[in-house]
Parts: sequence; C-alpha cells; structure tokens
Amino acid sequence: MKIIVCIKQVPDTVHVRINEKTGAMEREGVPAVVNPYDLYALEEALRLREAHGGTVAALTMGPPQAEAVLRDAIALGVDEGYHLSGREFAGGDTLATSYALAKGVEKIGEYHLVLCGKQAIDGDTAQVGPELAEHLGLPFLGFVRRVRESGAGRIVVERMTEDGADVVESTLPAVISVVKEINTPRLPSLKGKMRARSFKATTWNAEALGADEARLGFAGSPTKVVKIFHPEARRGGEMLTGEPAEVAARLAEKLRSLGVCR
Amino acid sequence: MTTVRVLPEQCTGCGECVPSCPVAAIEMRGPAAFITDACTVCGICVTVCPVEAIEMQHVAPAARPCEPCRGVWVFAELHRGRLVGVARELMAKGRQLADRKGTELTALVFGAAVEAPARELVALGADRVLGAEHPVLELFHDDAYVAACLALADGQRPEIMLCGGTVLGRAFFPRLAARLDTGLTADCTSLEIDEESGILLQTRPAYGGNLLATIACPDRRPQMATVRPKVFPAGASDPARIGEIVIRRDWDGRLHSRTKVLEVLEEVVQTVNIAEADVIVAGGRGMGAAENFALLEQLARVLGGAVAASRAPVDAGWVPYARQVGQTGKTVCPKLYIACGISGQVQHLVGMQSADVIVAINKDPQAPIFSVATYGIVGDALEIVPLLIKALGRP
Ligand SMILES: Cc1cc2nc3c(=O)[nH]c(=O)nc-3n(C[C@H](O)[C@H](O)[C@H](O)COP(=O)(O)OP(=O)(O)OC[C@H]3O[C@@H](n4cnc5c(N)ncnc54)[C@H](O)[C@@H]3O)c2cc1C
Ligand SMILES: Nc1ncnc2c1ncn2[C@@H]1O[C@H](COP(=O)(O)O)[C@@H](O)[C@H]1O
Repeated sequence: MKIIVCIKQVPDTVHVRINEKTGAMEREGVPAVVNPYDLYALEEALRLREAHGGTVAALTMGPPQAEAVLRDAIALGVDEGYHLSGREFAGGDTLATSYALAKGVEKIGEYHLVLCGKQAIDGDTAQVGPELAEHLGLPFLGFVRRVRESGAGRIVVERMTEDGADVVESTLPAVISVVKEINTPRLPSLKGKMRARSFKATTWNAEALGADEARLGFAGSPTKVVKIFHPEARRGGEMLTGEPAEVAARLAEKLRSLGVCR
Repeated sequence: MTTVRVLPEQCTGCGECVPSCPVAAIEMRGPAAFITDACTVCGICVTVCPVEAIEMQHVAPAARPCEPCRGVWVFAELHRGRLVGVARELMAKGRQLADRKGTELTALVFGAAVEAPARELVALGADRVLGAEHPVLELFHDDAYVAACLALADGQRPEIMLCGGTVLGRAFFPRLAARLDTGLTADCTSLEIDEESGILLQTRPAYGGNLLATIACPDRRPQMATVRPKVFPAGASDPARIGEIVIRRDWDGRLHSRTKVLEVLEEVVQTVNIAEADVIVAGGRGMGAAENFALLEQLARVLGGAVAASRAPVDAGWVPYARQVGQTGKTVCPKLYIACGISGQVQHLVGMQSADVIVAINKDPQAPIFSVATYGIVGDALEIVPLLIKALGRP
C-alpha cells in the first residue's frame, strides 16, 4: 500500500498572544510546527504500513522553511518527503492549495490512499481534504476516527457524526481526513532523527508539476481577504462580592428573576 | 503572482510589523522593514502597519467575467428525515440576503422523502424548493450529493450558496465548490451584502479566533459559505406562505456512489445535544477532577440544563468531546451559560459569547472570562456551586 500524507507547517497558535497595546499578534518565540491534526494522519499512515507493508510519503506545500515538517515526518518513520515550493504558490486559498496538492499527488504517481488532518489550526477550514478529493476525482471520507479494514481496492472506516459515527465503505484510492480520536501519535525514534538529519526533500515548483500558474497562489484564489480586524469584546457586567453563601444566594435570586430556572 | 512589499519611502522603521508576522518573515534592515522569502502573503502586516507602508500587489490574471447568475440558495440538511436546526437558521439569513438583493430564495433538500420538509421550507421563507428524492440520499454519500445538486441546478448558477457547517456540510460543500471552481468560506459568523458592489462579505475567525477576517469572492459565482449551528437566529415559520416545490424522483442510475454507509452508530453519551440546550453549566480545568463534574450535573439538573466543558477537561479525558464548547468544539447560544473554573481563552469565548446571560465563577480575579460575564464571582467553584444548588432549591 502506498500512502501519501498531506502535512502543513503552522505557527503554534497555542502560544500566540495578542499585544494589548499594538493589537498585533506576538510571535516572539512562537515555533512553527507540524499542524497537530496532521500528526494523527502521519501516525495512521505508519500503522497501515506496519499492518500491510508499502511506503508512506509526506507532501507539503509552503515556503522554504516548511521543509522542516518533512524532516519531522522522516524522523517519525516516513519513507519519502515532497515539497511544493515557490513564490507562485504563496497566498493560496483552499481551492488553490488543494489544486497544487492534487498536482503533487499526481506527480508522485502511484498511490492507494491520501491522508489529511481534519483541519489546519491556522486556517481552521477543513476544506483542503474534500477539495483535494474533488480535484483528484476520488471519494472523500471526512472526520475519520477509526480505520476498520483496508485491503485490495477497498477501505472501511468510522466517520464521526454529530451523534455518533457512520461505518462507511469506499473504493480505493480515496482521500481521508482524520480526527484526533483515531490514535496516539508516536514520538520520533533515534534512528529516525539520524535519517532526518541527512534528509533532502524532493522539491517541485509549478513548472516541475506542470501546473497552471493561473490556478495557483494568490492569483488562483477566488477568495480574497478584504480586511483583518480584532473581535469586538463583549463587555463585562456586575461582580458579585461577599461571603460565598451570601454571593450564592444573590446569584440564585438573579437567576430566578431571569426566569430560566424552574 | 503576488508579493507583499514595503514602500521604503513611506516606512518609518517603527518595527510594529515585525512581531505581527506569523511566520517571522519581516526583518529590520537599516531604516526600513524588509520582507524575506519566508512570506506566505497572509496580509496581516498590511493591516498592522500604522503608516500604510506595506502593500500587497498582485498581477491578476485577466479578470474573468462573472457567469450569469441569480438567486440565493440554501442547502437544507435533513437528519432522520427532519430539518436540522442550522437549516432553519440559514433560511432566515438567506431570506434576508435575498431581500437585500431583490432576488428569490431557493432551498435544496435531499433525502428519502422530502415532501414534508419541502413544505416546511416554504413556510420558513423559500420562494422555491428543489427536492431530490432517492434512498441513497437518506444518508450522506458525497458522489451522490454532488450529482443530485448539479442535476437540480440544471445549468443555473446561483449568486450565493449557503450550507450548515455540520459534519455533512463540511464534507459536501468544499467538494461542490471545487467542482464549480469557486471560493468557499468556512464557519462564517457574519454575512452581509456590500452596499457598493453588491458582493457578499463573509466574516470568520482567523488565527485561532484571535482575529476576524472578512473574505469576499469577487469574481466567481456562486459565492459559497458555511455557517456553524447557532451562529444566526432561526426565523419564524409562516404556514400560509406560498412557494413553488419541485421534487425530482426519477434518477435513472445517475446517483452512483463509490462510498456506502454500512451502519449508523449512535452513541449514548451524546443524548444531550449541548447546541440545543437553553441552560448550560460548563466546567474547565479549574474543576480539578473528573469526579467534580458530578456537582455540575447536579446544578444542571436543578436548572434543567446540560453540562458542557472547555477543551482542557476534554483533553484530560474527564468529559467527552461532544460536550466541548469553543472554536474546535460546538458553538452554543443558550439563555444562560455558567462557566465554572474556565479561564476564558479566546478559543472558548468564540463558542459561547453570544449567550444571553453569562455567569463566571473563577478563583482568579484577572481571568479573561470576567470580561464577558454578566455576573462574575471570584471564588472557589467547588465551594460556590454546592451553595448555589442549595440556594436554588430553597425559593
Ligand atoms: C486552535 C485552538 C483551538 C482551541 N479550541 C478550543 C475549544 O474549542 N474550546 C476550548 O474551550 N478551548 C479551546 N482551545 C484551548 C484554549 O486556548 C484554552 O487552552 C482552554 O479553553 C482552557 O481551558 P480552561 O479554561 O478550562 O483551563 P485553564 O485556562 O487552565 O483555566 C482554568 C481556570 O480555572 C480557574 N480555577 C482553578 N481552580 C478553581 C476553582 N477551584 N474554582 C474556580 N476556578 C478555579 C483558574 O483560575 C483558571 O482561570 C483551543 C486552542 C487552540 C490553540
Ligand atoms: N499547504 C499545505 N500543505 C500540505 N497539506 C495541507 C496544506 N494545507 C492544508 N493541508 C492538508 O489539509 C488539511 C486541512 O487543512 P485546512 O483545509 O487548511 O483546514 C490539513 O490538515 C492538511 O492535511
């Protein structure tokens, strides 16, 4: 089984803070990391390889520094790393990004499964997976929490829904996006780290991909950011102070007067 | 090709843009800022620069003429044959947008039997309902949904298309958008028509909810957006309203699907859907342990509400994910939200700050949750909650 995992480099937003004075985002000391959801996709690919044999390739589109996520993937045990890089890819929305990734997947060639994370924590759209499936003309299974079976030309997964899960069967090749319930990602091994040190990604620009430049990056993006601004904060109200029992009684009174409690 | 560039004559060298860049692509070189190759063209620095010395340039391809298009379309999802809540909310929003544009509102509805929901959609404001009836449409199969949608559209292109940001919508709409070769904005929190251009302005959280971005799709149609449940209010239903209903039942093998739902698993823990609750009692890391959520269950029982949580207790395994409120959980809009031991990080606030009344109980007077609370109490939740339960029990 040949598996391609799409991974993205993102700023570690857990550590992002807004500077109260300037209102700007402070990235001082904020590291760039592999999108956390993509780590679950990588782990699942490695487990499938362990169960069925084959190879796992990681694919990323991003600026030169994004090669670091491929190195992280190699350290985890991934076999190959491909990097789509060039100014022509920059500023792409999900349509342009998924088009570029589809071109990358096609250039890698033979494959049975493409895995994505549920969403990227910087954009949070969860759109790239299904759009990639459409560009490749493949079925898409989203929010997968478990792979039940996979074999010759067929896969059965559990897809999360609002009130449980659907057990879904699909033909292969297919594109799948995974949620964090699916597994617990491993840590890099010493051997993997050694391999990562000497790893050199295969890098492709638009020309190498044979991609239509008009469909890439900012130019190929139908959506445009009109403005970016700070959410208007809801204002705080009344603080209830005093002895705990007294405060609780006053709050109970307020809640009763709202008519929300029986 | 696009670049962000600094206008050296205008740049004052203040350096404010440097820390704003999420990928560290701005350096001070001599008296002015310089943008390195690491730039991802996100445009944040453009908005941060106090003297407008950074600009985004792009050599646009010859603008393609907008296809002739008309109308606002809402995809109305069914769950077990009934309209989901967000479908009602989108009908109200869709009606508003259609009126603003002076055009008609069309609802799309797919399922095994769509006659009754179609009539309901007319009552909710549809001028026209396009229904697709077939057993394969009862559950979500992406191939069949896209095929049914294109068949119903029959060459017509709507100007605007909306869908709920549900598990189904978040898989179906991106696929449809890519097929139609147009843009899609996920999880919008505001949708407005621009006065001048008539374009749909779609606002959504960005960078983990720290910022909001307004997005437009200026030269392709339809302009597509998904909206999460409970973001917009549902409108009133008027059974006397009149609208056209067209239901297609004859598909002639055109709804082939490469995926097949073998089984539907329902899970007991999810019996209370927090997105639908009027009263929510939520706990955070400050509750200290899984056992202490029993206190919140008790309070919720007294108030006739449901228990929810911030992400920290979910990550700790105290509470199932279905109960998480926030950016990566559910958006809720109850009449009353009681936050116990929740600090109120922005990712949590985006999921609950439109509640009518917010009560916060937290040990730390500086906790950001107090900045959104209608009533705040500085104290130990483990002490206050039992006292509150007692006080509520005694009128
Ligand atoms: C991309 C992204 C998405 C995210 N999505 C979500 C999301 O969907 N939902 C979400 O909630 N978070 C989300 N987060 C996480 C969020 O940033 C916070 O980490 C999280 O909300 C913190 O949870 P908390 O308030 O329970 O814990 P903490 O921040 O640790 O706060 C605990 C609070 O409890 C108080 N406390 C302690 N003991 C007591 C006591 N005995 N009585 C009263 N108060 C006490 C403390 O003073 C403190 O304020 C997301 C983060 C990222 C980066
Ligand atoms: N630039 C990228 N390079 C590689 N994979 C990506 C990229 N952007 C998105 N993806 C994949 O698509 C998933 C969903 O991303 P998004 O639609 O941006 O939320 C991610 O979890 C990745 O698996």
